[in-house]
Amino acid sequence: MSEHKQNRFLPYLREDRLPHIFCPGCGNGAIINAFLVGMEKAGMDFENIAMVSGIGCSSRIPGYLKCDSLHTTHGRALSFATGLKTANKDLDVVVFTGDGDAASIGGNHLIHAARRNINLTVICINNNIYGMTGGQISPTSPKGSFGTTAPYGNRDTPFKLAELVAAAGATYSARWTTVEMENLVLSIKKGLENPGFSFIEVATQCPTYFGRKNKLKTPTAMAAVMKANTVFKSAADRMRPKELEGKIVVGEFAKTQRDEFTENIDKISVEKYGKKTIINSAYETEL
Amino acid sequence: MAEEFFIQGNEACAKGAIAAGCRFFAGYPITPSTEVAETLARELPKVGGSFVQMEDEIASAGAIIGGSWGGTKSMTATSGPGISLMQENIGYAFMTETPIVIVDVQRGSPSTAQPTMAAQGDMMQARWGSHGDYEPIALSPSSVQEFFDFTIKAFNLAEKYRVPVFVMADEVIGHMREKIVVEDDIEIVPRKRPEKTENYLPFENIENGTTPMPAFGDGFNIHVTGLTHDERGYPDTNDPETHDKLIQRICDKILNNKDDICSVQSENCEDADIVIVSYGAPVRSVVEAVNRTDKKVGYVKLDTPWPFPDEEVAKLTANAKDVLVVEMNLGQMYYEVDRVCKRNSNVHLMGVIGGLLPTPDEILDQINRLGGN
Repeated sequence: MSEHKQNRFLPYLREDRLPHIFCPGCGNGAIINAFLVGMEKAGMDFENIAMVSGIGCSSRIPGYLKCDSLHTTHGRALSFATGLKTANKDLDVVVFTGDGDAASIGGNHLIHAARRNINLTVICINNNIYGMTGGQISPTSPKGSFGTTAPYGNRDTPFKLAELVAAAGATYSARWTTVEMENLVLSIKKGLENPGFSFIEVATQCPTYFGRKNKLKTPTAMAAVMKANTVFKSAADRMRPKELEGKIVVGEFAKTQRDEFTENIDKISVEKYGKKTIINSAYETEL
Repeated sequence: MAEEFFIQGNEACAKGAIAAGCRFFAGYPITPSTEVAETLARELPKVGGSFVQMEDEIASAGAIIGGSWGGTKSMTATSGPGISLMQENIGYAFMTETPIVIVDVQRGSPSTAQPTMAAQGDMMQARWGSHGDYEPIALSPSSVQEFFDFTIKAFNLAEKYRVPVFVMADEVIGHMREKIVVEDDIEIVPRKRPEKTENYLPFENIENGTTPMPAFGDGFNIHVTGLTHDERGYPDTNDPETHDKLIQRICDKILNNKDDICSVQSENCEDADIVIVSYGAPVRSVVEAVNRTDKKVGYVKLDTPWPFPDEEVAKLTANAKDVLVVEMNLGQMYYEVDRVCKRNSNVHLMGVIGGLLPTPDEILDQINRLGGN
């Protein structure tokens, strides 16, 4: 038997937690890979990364990565991340979330984190369905798609997350798919480098639930549909709404600069009172 | 040298938080607690701390848990509607053993009810508000001085036991103004940093059930989850033994240390026919009534309603024919007192709602109705 070549990212993983819980064909593995490549390309120190997540399949990712990781309550990852980053702005805080977590139960936190332009990098894995609970429709499920809670087809109009977050004030927002790995990696790199709120939506396949409910039974079939329906933003900008129905528009929706939330907090202390924030002050006997 | 201030209860709470080492506050405006947030918004920058007005109380609770793992003593303040919203994240803090302080300046309830009136209707929410089994600590101040002192004590207990601690104040204490004395040798409990050893387990059962807590960024690379987890912090959700061991430990670390945590104050209980049990603002009227009556009446003041001080209350009421519980709800701590005292005494409730503090005269009426000498 030939020996497996050790994956070079293995040192970043909590090997003692493997095997993982993700289904065969799930996009999460490829997205973890894209994140680690993007992180290396950005020259980030993995040791300085802290991860926060909510509830759902995508939110399980930080549990497999060997960094400080806070696996929180459903939808609330961004509020925990806001506290963590404010308490210690030297940390590079990355949030893994999904469409249900970020856009349904956590929708309010999402727009407010974007509004504040707090320096967080959010990877939102959008599989258009609730995977962990077994295939219910989500706020990004396409109109007409099927889920266990939409047995007659989804009648609601989905959110366009990358556009929503851009409109809410994020300084970086992009959407890619799991069949657009190079662009995704580049976006993750940019998101990590952006000193503000960065949101990267990744459209991904969930063959187990979305696929099964929507006659797309294999990951390859889902990838093929995703690829066929992908339109670059530059092209989409010239298309009519009718032509864009059922399409996944990929590209960057916000790429700008403005003042960052935790910097602003520090400014008041430093400029007005000459007081620098003491990191890890909870351990101090005297302040 | 000790300093004196004439300030409002909510301001005293904020002052106590800063004295205790709180350097992060996240909150949402709500009457009658808002002055805690307003004071900290003004004062925290002066000591290099951070104030964040969050989008709601759910986010406020989440943010202070994040802040605490970021190595900073963290607090929020709210009232009934906000405490209801915070419950899920408070449960998360119990499960992940995150030290935080939650100030609840209670108002008329349920729902939005009476924003500017006092009540003690959230006592059971502090005890059982989040789903599942856990053991909370709650302190109830009866004066502005105590609101200051108990806020400090709340931080110290939170750090010592890695647990959320409630300060259960009410509108009367929050908004009244009194003189407070701030000593210059306030006892502060700093967080304990774990040793970086090969086999460090962040959720191990050591030191009386409370394992030292690292901050994110310390290099421990720990996983923190609200799922049932083993000593490494890794999810292990289907093993009954892992769950039992974890939940027993997070309960026992409080229950086994009740001697250290619980605090009551009492007067004249030894030979009293009637003992009044109360906490928070109503204690002020109880003390006055006990001073005025000719009968043999004593009182017990619960500084820490949670964990309920069973032994102390049982001991102090052992000789009383009647026990009267005075509280500003229709019976919450009453059931705890009844549980502990009913073998020896008749336990009665004076439950006052509507928002006004029960007066000494009203309490004297109750005393007279109970008879005795």
